[in-house]
Amino acid sequence: MSSAPLAAPRSGSRTKQRSNFELYGWLFMRISGIVLVVLVLGHLFIMNILDGGVQRINFAFVAGRWASPFWQIWDLSMLWLAMLHGGNGMRTIINDYAERNQTRFWLKMLLYVSTAFIIALGTLVIFTFDPSLG
Amino acid sequence: MSVRGSSEWDGIVASKTPVSLRALPIGTLYRGGEGMWTWVLQRITGVSVFFFLFVHVLDTALVRVSPEAYDLIIATYKTPIVNVLEVGLVGAVLYHALNGIRIILIDFWKRGPRVQRQMTWVVAGVWLVVMIPGTYYMMIHTIDALFGSTP
Repeated sequence: MSSAPLAAPRSGSRTKQRSNFELYGWLFMRISGIVLVVLVLGHLFIMNILDGGVQRINFAFVAGRWASPFWQIWDLSMLWLAMLHGGNGMRTIINDYAERNQTRFWLKMLLYVSTAFIIALGTLVIFTFDPSLG
Repeated sequence: MSVRGSSEWDGIVASKTPVSLRALPIGTLYRGGEGMWTWVLQRITGVSVFFFLFVHVLDTALVRVSPEAYDLIIATYKTPIVNVLEVGLVGAVLYHALNGIRIILIDFWKRGPRVQRQMTWVVAGVWLVVMIPGTYYMMIHTIDALFGSTP
């Protein structure tokens, strides 16, 4: 009844640890999307439609709004969520349409660098805005 | 390969029958008909809005340079041509938002996939109901400046 010991498997484990990055990305698009519906449509309504729309916007108008932490947090959240939501959308589109590995890699590098730059610049502007310039 | 290899898909791709007249098998939400076009529009409006967002953060950053620099760039937003582009921007964002809600309902609401086509028409309806008065209020100054009697 005794049998020869089984040889150790030569191929690696088939259940390779896979990343859940795409799942979290998919979920992030939906959660950030719902928040952005409120933040962006609210922003567009205030800036473009309410009380004379874009015609009344100038430095003093911005200074008045950013005097309130409420609008600072609103704009900061909108900046981060919109850039990450849009950046992830662009990443999906690059993955879909750029077929050469090199093209795909460099387009995504350009996307990540420019997205990080815009988020950093926008954040800096909100935090270091100086109303006394006006 | 497994998806494209199925004869079901080949039949759809090869067929010249209008989409509306075909009995579509399950899983063709994004190929042919309203489902595909809402998806195409979602991508086009998304990319457009993303590029505008880049420009918009840059122009707003001018508040750190000087009030004059900021007011100068904002003056271009008040010109008739850019005013029309703003209506386009709001239309693009509004479509992207409404269709995004539809996508979320398809993904998370039990009855979502079954009523996705009806939801497409709700998206179109709400978009029109918001855009008609919205366009009026966004363009009221431009209309008055171009055609109004008061200088």
